[in-house]
Amino acid sequence: MERVAIIGVAQTKYQRNSPSSHDEMAFEVAQKALEDAGVSIEDIDNTVTCTNDFWDGRTISCMTITDASGSSKVPTTNVEGDGTLGVLMGLMRILSGHFETTLVVAQSKGSVGIPGLITNAIFDPLYERILGLDAINSAALQARMYMFKYGITEEQCARVSVKNHKNAKNNPYAQLPLDITVKDVLKSRMLADPIKLLDTSPVSDGACAVILSRESATRKISRRPIWIKGVGHCSDTYHLGDRDLSDVSALKSAAKRAYDMAGISNPWKEISLAEVYDAFSYMELMWMEGLGFCDRGGGGALMDSGFTEMGGSLPVNPSGGVLSAHPVLAAGLARIAEAVLQLRGEAGARQVAGAKVALAHGIEGACGQGHCLFVLGS
Amino acid sequence: MTVELGDTGSRIHQSRIRLKYNWWLGNVGSRFYRELRDRCKICGIKCPQCQVVYIPPKENCPKCFCQMKDWVELGNTGTLITYTVVRYPLPSIQPQKPPFALGIILLDGAHTGLPHLLGEIDLEKIKIGMRVQAIFREIREGNLLDIKYFKPLEE
Amino acid sequence: MGRRTAIVGVGQTNHRSKIPECNGQELIAIAVRQALDSAGLMIKDIDAVVVGNMDHFESINYVDMWSVLGFAGYMKPVLKVTTGGTTGSAVGHAGFYHAASGLFDVVLAVGWEQNSESDTTAAIVTHCEPLIERDFYGGAIGGLASQYSAYMDRYGATEEDAALVSVRDRRNAALYNPYAHLRKTITVEDVMSSPYIAYPLRLLHMCPRSDGACAVIFAGEEKAKKITDRPAWVWGVGSSHGATYLGDAIAIPGLPSLEKASRDAYRMAGITNPFKQIDVAELYLPAASAGVAWMESMGFCEEGGGPKFIKSGVTNMEGELPINPSGGVIATNCIGATGLIRIGEAALQVMGKAEKRQVPGAKVALATGFGGCLWSDVTILGSKPRLD
Repeated sequence: MERVAIIGVAQTKYQRNSPSSHDEMAFEVAQKALEDAGVSIEDIDNTVTCTNDFWDGRTISCMTITDASGSSKVPTTNVEGDGTLGVLMGLMRILSGHFETTLVVAQSKGSVGIPGLITNAIFDPLYERILGLDAINSAALQARMYMFKYGITEEQCARVSVKNHKNAKNNPYAQLPLDITVKDVLKSRMLADPIKLLDTSPVSDGACAVILSRESATRKISRRPIWIKGVGHCSDTYHLGDRDLSDVSALKSAAKRAYDMAGISNPWKEISLAEVYDAFSYMELMWMEGLGFCDRGGGGALMDSGFTEMGGSLPVNPSGGVLSAHPVLAAGLARIAEAVLQLRGEAGARQVAGAKVALAHGIEGACGQGHCLFVLGS
Repeated sequence: MTVELGDTGSRIHQSRIRLKYNWWLGNVGSRFYRELRDRCKICGIKCPQCQVVYIPPKENCPKCFCQMKDWVELGNTGTLITYTVVRYPLPSIQPQKPPFALGIILLDGAHTGLPHLLGEIDLEKIKIGMRVQAIFREIREGNLLDIKYFKPLEE
Repeated sequence: MGRRTAIVGVGQTNHRSKIPECNGQELIAIAVRQALDSAGLMIKDIDAVVVGNMDHFESINYVDMWSVLGFAGYMKPVLKVTTGGTTGSAVGHAGFYHAASGLFDVVLAVGWEQNSESDTTAAIVTHCEPLIERDFYGGAIGGLASQYSAYMDRYGATEEDAALVSVRDRRNAALYNPYAHLRKTITVEDVMSSPYIAYPLRLLHMCPRSDGACAVIFAGEEKAKKITDRPAWVWGVGSSHGATYLGDAIAIPGLPSLEKASRDAYRMAGITNPFKQIDVAELYLPAASAGVAWMESMGFCEEGGGPKFIKSGVTNMEGELPINPSGGVIATNCIGATGLIRIGEAALQVMGKAEKRQVPGAKVALATGFGGCLWSDVTILGSKPRLD
């Protein structure tokens, strides 16, 4: 694969009820990403936006940010899915040979709608929706199955939440930097057994932007380019009952593709840090297994061992992860932005020392039906 | 109409999207719900290649794309493979007031699970592996809630 | 650095106002099977899938995840692209970029819509900006009507000129395209006696709402040559999303986004004289008036020359540049699929597989997509790998 780099990144501060509108957020990150890259809008020859009609309450939701994302002047497209998929689209457009520099902008405001109604609409209107399934109770079904099959405990899941909220204290963009204990998590309000409030990501507003550039066009940029070494994406099947919800084959398949492209054969040794999509605390444990950091069922023990803590061998979510800020669509892009900052050595208080290879992960649909994984390197 | 958003200095504009939808069930879906409504029968469909019995039934195998035509009448009993107790209210989408239990049931004869409600059950004593049976409503309309819920099987 | 890419298979449903036999995923499967069969491929040969529709017509969130049942997407890379009315063509372009990038060899692009499942206009109105535009704007028709009104005023075009476009497209659908939704011929008198929807557009100037799906298979050069000896090579693509607010876009007669997208596509393809070099065109005309007012935007005629162009008969099936042998959008509009159907139809033409609607000897085809805030996509396909 030809060398394509990420040359600019930007994020808004994530919060609930942001006073900024969709296009103001998009404009903010587009501007800042350009500044970060040391290029101007004229250097961008195509864009990819990530917007979702349900979350925005608007058909053709990409229209809202056409101007703000610089998409009215150059060829553009809109991926209605996680920001990681938007970057994949941006990457393919460059690799096709027809573009040099893609600006990818993802945004959403969870505050403008009723998240439960929006996520209920993920489910099959013919067979599932009538049950009142939504992101939280479907995750509970998955968590229960996973925990039962492998003996994962609620305490081990809670440890993820404790770790990530604490990590968020070092991240100026994070919405929920918190000093909490395992006991705090276990005592927090039960939403849908076994998922409690502190096992859940917040409702967030926010945007993120990333600029990709073909190697030949990176010469004039101001920052160190961070290279896309590998990428993979993959989907499980759709009906909840047709899936083995405790299975992570889709992630494994995406990871295999990305690792093969990047030449990685021992991920737990070769990767410096991982930013993964922990929409719920148990998910981080499952995704550790899917990424090959441990065997199936080993996620809980891995968490206990300290391997994934700041200061551990492979810090996971030094940014605080999605548990600390969940602007839908932008959240996966933020994983990429954070990984880039780490590899540049610009991650400030959340810096993982000597970071050379990082993973950035996004999910799609209910219970992580789809996964997209990037391997980035300095 | 716009209203103040707390004391942020910003205003918000409120409105709703109200759209009605009618989804086509297709022939397979129609038959599934007719059987449920008219005969209290739960049916699955079998892939001739994978030999997997799917519920809910669909025309095309999700894994190998084979067209499926072999209907399999399943029993009303099965095993609970996962569950949760929903404790937060969302009245516009929830079929019951919380707390209520949702589960995925592996019906005897099927290879895939059916998400549904659990009823007549102690919410604190639900266990994976429990045997359950479907309880049908008296008056059925041809939707998934023609099955009222699944309750623990009396052995 | 990128590779040549071609379309190797096309499939579509028999588009109708409603198709009760299938749910949405089953509808998709019909088109996918036909595309696979036409290319002699199995679903396991597909390396990646890109899918598109407009959410609020069927109210399914994360359609990429839902749609996997339409193509046994279990363990396949899948993603969704949606850009309003141009969704179908954006999906086609996305399929092209997947394959051209070299990351995936054989890519399935799927566009679909079941407009019968909801109130189409009500859903479209939600595209208007909620604070300023939504409460008073009237769906898709208002913008198109205002545009043609301005064109009539500036160049003396008439409602009858637009009626000729309806007559042409409906005739093609009736005589040549078994997949089209509306398959009865109409006359200029029929159009002119149909009621106004929004002056100056009448009912029979407008497209229907249809249910249907389309699947197009793209392949990188090496694979494409192995799969078929007559692939439809992608020579050029162009895309322009010029405006965010409808008020910014409507004021101008003609279609600036189409002009820009065409120019980019022509440049990529090496086309310098579109009218002479293009053998057949499948155009996304959401209203017949577009078939008059937008011809100059693609360089087919001079500015203001639309009426003369249409009246000359040169765009009829027997003419020098047949437009919409499939019947186009005036005969079928399943929105998420429509732009992809244009690409699929154009591909069938240069592959020589367009059956009764085949334009004899067609070697270069143009397909356009339209939608959103008066946005455009353009695709140019050829029967040889390159123009020269």
